Amino acid sequence: MMNAPPIQKKLFDQNWKRILFWGSICALTQVFICLVGLPSELNRRILIESTLSLGYLFILWIPLVFGYVVSKMVKLEGIENPKQGAADLLSGALTGLLGSLGLVLLMLGIDNLDMRDPLINWNPKLFRLLTFENSIGFGSLVWIAVGVGLGTVGASLHQMSSQIRKMTAYAIFGLFSFAVLEDVIDDLSEGFRLEWLSDMIYAKKGGMTVTSMIVLAVVLALLPLIVRGKFKNTVERYRSEAKPEDKRRNSIALFSIVAVLVLVLPWFLGGIINELLANVGLFLLLALGLNIVVGLAGLLDLGYVAFFAVGGYTTAVFTSPNSPWFSPETHFGISLLVVVVMATLAGLLIGAPVIRMRGDYLAIVTLGFGEIIRLLFLSDWLKPYLGGSQGITNIPAIDLGPWEVRGADPRSVFYMVLAFCVLAIYVSWRLQASRLGRSWMAIREDESVAEVMGINTVNSKLMAFVVGAVLASFSGAVLAAKVGSVFPKSFEILVSIIILVVVIVGGMGSITGVMVGSLVLIGILGGPRQPGLLQEFQNFKLLIYGALLVFMMLKRPEGLVPTARRTRELHQEEYLQDAWLGDDESEDREEVGEQL
Amino acid sequence: MSLLEIHNLQVTFGGLDALSNLDFSIEEGEIVSVIGPNGAGKTTFFNTISGMVPPTSGEIIFDGESVLGLDPNQITEMGIARTFQNVRLFPNMTVLENVMVSQHCRTSQLIIGALFQTKAFKQEEKEIRERSEEILGFFGTRLVGYRLDQPAFALSYANRRRLEIARAMATQPRLLLLDEPVAGMNPIETAELTGLISRLRDEWGFTIVIIEHDMKVVRDVSDRVVVLDHGVPIAQGAYDEVSTNPDVIEAYLGRPVEAKS
Repeated sequence: MMNAPPIQKKLFDQNWKRILFWGSICALTQVFICLVGLPSELNRRILIESTLSLGYLFILWIPLVFGYVVSKMVKLEGIENPKQGAADLLSGALTGLLGSLGLVLLMLGIDNLDMRDPLINWNPKLFRLLTFENSIGFGSLVWIAVGVGLGTVGASLHQMSSQIRKMTAYAIFGLFSFAVLEDVIDDLSEGFRLEWLSDMIYAKKGGMTVTSMIVLAVVLALLPLIVRGKFKNTVERYRSEAKPEDKRRNSIALFSIVAVLVLVLPWFLGGIINELLANVGLFLLLALGLNIVVGLAGLLDLGYVAFFAVGGYTTAVFTSPNSPWFSPETHFGISLLVVVVMATLAGLLIGAPVIRMRGDYLAIVTLGFGEIIRLLFLSDWLKPYLGGSQGITNIPAIDLGPWEVRGADPRSVFYMVLAFCVLAIYVSWRLQASRLGRSWMAIREDESVAEVMGINTVNSKLMAFVVGAVLASFSGAVLAAKVGSVFPKSFEILVSIIILVVVIVGGMGSITGVMVGSLVLIGILGGPRQPGLLQEFQNFKLLIYGALLVFMMLKRPEGLVPTARRTRELHQEEYLQDAWLGDDESEDREEVGEQL
Repeated sequence: MSLLEIHNLQVTFGGLDALSNLDFSIEEGEIVSVIGPNGAGKTTFFNTISGMVPPTSGEIIFDGESVLGLDPNQITEMGIARTFQNVRLFPNMTVLENVMVSQHCRTSQLIIGALFQTKAFKQEEKEIRERSEEILGFFGTRLVGYRLDQPAFALSYANRRRLEIARAMATQPRLLLLDEPVAGMNPIETAELTGLISRLRDEWGFTIVIIEHDMKVVRDVSDRVVVLDHGVPIAQGAYDEVSTNPDVIEAYLGRPVEAKS
């Protein structure tokens, strides 16, 4: 009796409430995604030749994930797990079924009711898509079969051995990336003169061919067998490197490899990708600046776009011949000096009145200031000077002697932005480990105590504002030269919010995190006006941003690549437990005894 | 001239006099205890000196200069440092950083130094670090070694109190205000800290004002005791005088002294 057998779940001994709950959510999600228009809009994008479009994929992942979730058992230490079995598969299948019933209801609804007025996507197009251009009966049968099937597959993921699960995951995500990143891979293979490779994988009309898909799936599934945690081991070894000089040497090697890659790669990339990288760089520069203000000093600045605008407009006024009032047509280098001065002034001007506020109040007031600056640029009052809603056009390219940085040549813009990003990273890195950086941290932790401990909080906070402002204005200056014009429209509040999202999702206070954040968000999804890798998502960008943000805040509030400090802060309990185990309290007591 | 002179100090919150007619001075090199029942205005007294609460009327003169109207950081720069009754460390900064950051007002490097890693910057960083380690070493082995890089929230309660004192010491004050430094410590730790408080004066040359409820500590460390009740000073003098003063017994102890021993 010492080892009680694991609890066997009987096939019909189900947790019906749980299935009903997750099943309804599954159905609602599917209907929601359909009505938002994702499937209809993305149906044109073929992933696998004549089999699967991105639109259908957006419905198909749902039963799979919910099937996985519903059959997941909570593991508690010391308590026997219920043995996985057919019961789990059944609950997965039922969840998938409920989800599909949602789609069936939607089809019936579209057929019989007219609700196109509020719901634009309540239309025949969606109906045709859902019924596969056939009858409702046929559509329903297919969806039910697919839902039940995928739900079961999702549930069965728990029962596979971890090896097989890993292989499946590699195959699925690998295929997904190959299919979705078709443009990039095309572009890349062109750059490396490997057109035959992309011709082999992709069909002429877009989408992967079925054969290449199967071959790729097998290769990808075998990948974990070959790699077998080698990568993870290397990372572990690098982290736990005992000797500081070894670690230093490795870090330098790693750094130089990355540096060479970043410098050389753009020559092999096509225009689209370079354009994309330039955008990522522009937003990275902004995010690095905001990271100093929000991540280090803890000042939630929602009007950050104001400094971006100041940089753009200053460059425009000083370099463009079309500037309506004052047009010295200076070189970009000289205007850059003016940009620094103007950004500093703007930082002080906006900072001074708001700096005595704390937390939420600061956020609201900066939000206001951001809008005020944009409205000033837009206003009739300043129209004779800054062009109002017409903005300032005809900003010349940046002339750098032998080179010229202009929008039509995204590679040059990328290098220009790269230089500024390197500067910003250096600044963040050095300031973090300085007297000023420490004072910012203290202010973030507890402002009134920081003041009592002798920190001039007003000065420190203004300094953070100014450094952030200058970095943002650099980004604005390069943007102006890249696009060749500035309009008030480019400096909407949305920019501030997206940069903040980049910082939060990447990992507040972490330079690497911010880099990863901008690569993932701006690079893949795209900026407020700039398309990303997945251009098809243009209309749904904010929806995906929102969903991602909610998911991250629930599951990984510290961000993608957090600093050790922030992880500790958000997982105090776990950290304390570890610290406890490593700590010998009894030693302490003995010492005290001796001293007495 | 006294180090700290307080004339006719009054602090009013709404209609309540948290402190009234407070009038006394602290000489350089003294250890003065401020005692009194809960709500007597002891912590308000500290808050007023350290600039966190502005007084309604009266005058506070530190080393010949008025501190009224100054920001807390300016007062700290003049040489007054404090600890908090409810420990208020920077919980997510490491032990070392907590002490390093409070040398802010004694150091001067700004952006340029950090960006170009000037000689002066590196020298100053080195000095800050060394001084911090020296200060933390004052508490024996408890706050040094691997603990230097632990976040402050991971410390035990007693160690947090010690770190608070270390942080106040790092501002290089002349007057150190300790708000219930042994609250929550066990008898052994209390006895140890009592010894350290005397050493703070003898070895580091601080003048100390201490708020404490533990009468044993008050008796052992203080040269002079000030008793507050409802914001009014009702007695001051040596511990033995004060502890036999009938007013104090009535207001504070509320029971015969004989019963206490």
